[in-house]
Amino acid sequence: MSNIKSAFKNGKAFIPFITCGDPDLETTGKIVRAAAENGADLIELGIPFSDPTAEGPVIQKANIRALSNGVTTDKIFEFVKDLRKDVTVPLVFMTYANVVFSYGTEKFISTCKEIGIDGIILPDLPFEEKEEFQPVCRQYGVDLISLIAPTSAQRIAMIAKEAEGFLYIVSSLGVTGMRSEITTDLASIVSVVREHTDVPCAIGFGISTPEQAKKMAALADGAIVGSAIINLIEKYGKEAAEPVGEYVKSMKEAL
Amino acid sequence: MTDSNGRFGIHGGQYIPETLMNAVIELEKAYEFYKNDEGFNRELTELLNEYAGRPSRLYYAEKLTKALGGAKIYLKREDLNHTGAHKINNVLGQALLAKKMGKTRLIAETGAGQHGVATATAAAFMNMECVVFMGEEDTKRQALNVYRMRLLGAKVVPVTSGTATLKDAVSEAMREWTSRIADTHYCLGSVMGPHPFPTIVRDFQAVISKEIKAQILEKEKRLPDAVIACVGGGSNAIGSFYHFIEDKQVRLIGCEAAGRGIDTLETAATVNTGRLGIFHGMKSYFCQDQYGQIAPVYSISAGLDYPGVGPEHAYLHDIGRAEYVPVTDDEAVNAFEFLSKTEGIIPAIESAHAVAYAMKLAPSMSKDNIIVITISGRGDKDCAAIARYRGEDIHE
Repeated sequence: MSNIKSAFKNGKAFIPFITCGDPDLETTGKIVRAAAENGADLIELGIPFSDPTAEGPVIQKANIRALSNGVTTDKIFEFVKDLRKDVTVPLVFMTYANVVFSYGTEKFISTCKEIGIDGIILPDLPFEEKEEFQPVCRQYGVDLISLIAPTSAQRIAMIAKEAEGFLYIVSSLGVTGMRSEITTDLASIVSVVREHTDVPCAIGFGISTPEQAKKMAALADGAIVGSAIINLIEKYGKEAAEPVGEYVKSMKEAL
Repeated sequence: MTDSNGRFGIHGGQYIPETLMNAVIELEKAYEFYKNDEGFNRELTELLNEYAGRPSRLYYAEKLTKALGGAKIYLKREDLNHTGAHKINNVLGQALLAKKMGKTRLIAETGAGQHGVATATAAAFMNMECVVFMGEEDTKRQALNVYRMRLLGAKVVPVTSGTATLKDAVSEAMREWTSRIADTHYCLGSVMGPHPFPTIVRDFQAVISKEIKAQILEKEKRLPDAVIACVGGGSNAIGSFYHFIEDKQVRLIGCEAAGRGIDTLETAATVNTGRLGIFHGMKSYFCQDQYGQIAPVYSISAGLDYPGVGPEHAYLHDIGRAEYVPVTDDEAVNAFEFLSKTEGIIPAIESAHAVAYAMKLAPSMSKDNIIVITISGRGDKDCAAIARYRGEDIHE
């Protein structure tokens, strides 16, 4: 059983997303620990990219803040190595294909294994292109997380059959960001997923309130929240660990 | 040239969010059907001829030839097309295809504004809704084109993210497409992005080399020795090269925007300064830092100010079939002025990059040699910016 599966053993999973280096890595460390202590079951760590085409304005700005503060892939690897001295919650990287490819796929993935990263999410890597990274991920035992979208239709079965770690179900059309309403028929998507895999699935994009998280998690195995947390970090800066911890606690309790 | 996964050698592919996959699959299926459909092709040819003014002239530039004292120079006059650039060739094809697919709304990115104007034109003509994404920096450099798009009924959205230029306009158009797919076609303006775009756009632009070949054979009874075109994403260049790829004796030369020089950071010369990467849906060469962060490129030309190059160009470079040479802002501005004075033809600043390289190459060739330069667009839109470059402040 991969470390990621263990994240789904403690009831419905709550999965926060945090951009590394926003506003600086020291603060990110405090935020990650606060999230873990307050019930986060798995944490997505964003490696910032200059041109994050799947992100809405909130996470785009976090990427820019982190990059302009000088964060790099190497600094993030060092940061995670340090984090792993006391943080045991499963961790996955969320970044863009070029960040991995340009670093050297094997060098990147083998380092992930070495420092204790359990999986990787690349929103610009669809099923058809996963051969680019999948063999190396398998070689080093790092799960390559697949995504399913509201438009996936007949593709759901194909994607689910080969899923590893967990399945990231995108709740809505468009980019990341908070939404007042999620209208996709997620129950139908999840039921097709269940026919084809035992891999757990979590729903993300647009979730910000405990009520939404509860509703989404009821349909699947967990809920992913990004922009709402990044908003708190933008607001509180270096003091964001405490409010993020409280927020995570309220979300986990609601599930 | 492409295999079934849309690869050109190792380049190309479909590196896009899952949300868009069914949209590009649907587009590919529709294109595969309509590209061989007699009715579609008849309709498109009629539009190109009657509405856009094709075929464009292959003009013997006698004054320029004499002034340079070397190879005989012909200009492929894409600047004479309706809307003033080669962009209309691709846009009429894609808009017609989108219409057949039942789409009612076109979205597009634009750099210099030429593709935006062409898309707005097709949308007006075909009674479709149109939204154009343009870097805020470019809306200032190309204010006249912003007005033209609005006049044509399009909504122009200034993009403020990143460097506020062409790459950010592409990112924003892709984001918009993921949020509204059912009624919307993304009318991509260059031979880039995910498969099938590089193939579709190339096929619609290949009319340029098809005509050049027929015209030069009629005028000179032989093929040219070199075909020269500017390269940003590379659509007018691939259009100019395509029907000569198998004619190995014809040199194919793409002119990249070197900005302030390829030894500076203020450049957009991707093949000359970039390296292999994955961005905007494709594997190709990109200007980027050691961690794969996309570089903030620079060129005086908004249309060439892009950190990547189409995958087929990357492939033609790999196999040595085409050459990609850097041309600086200074060289391009000189060529802009030189062609205006010698031939009375004001080229787009993008096209002036191709003219600039021809000005270096032609004198080294014999009078029996023939060069074709594609003048991809007209330069009216650039006059204010070039005046400013020369220290003259004129208002549009």
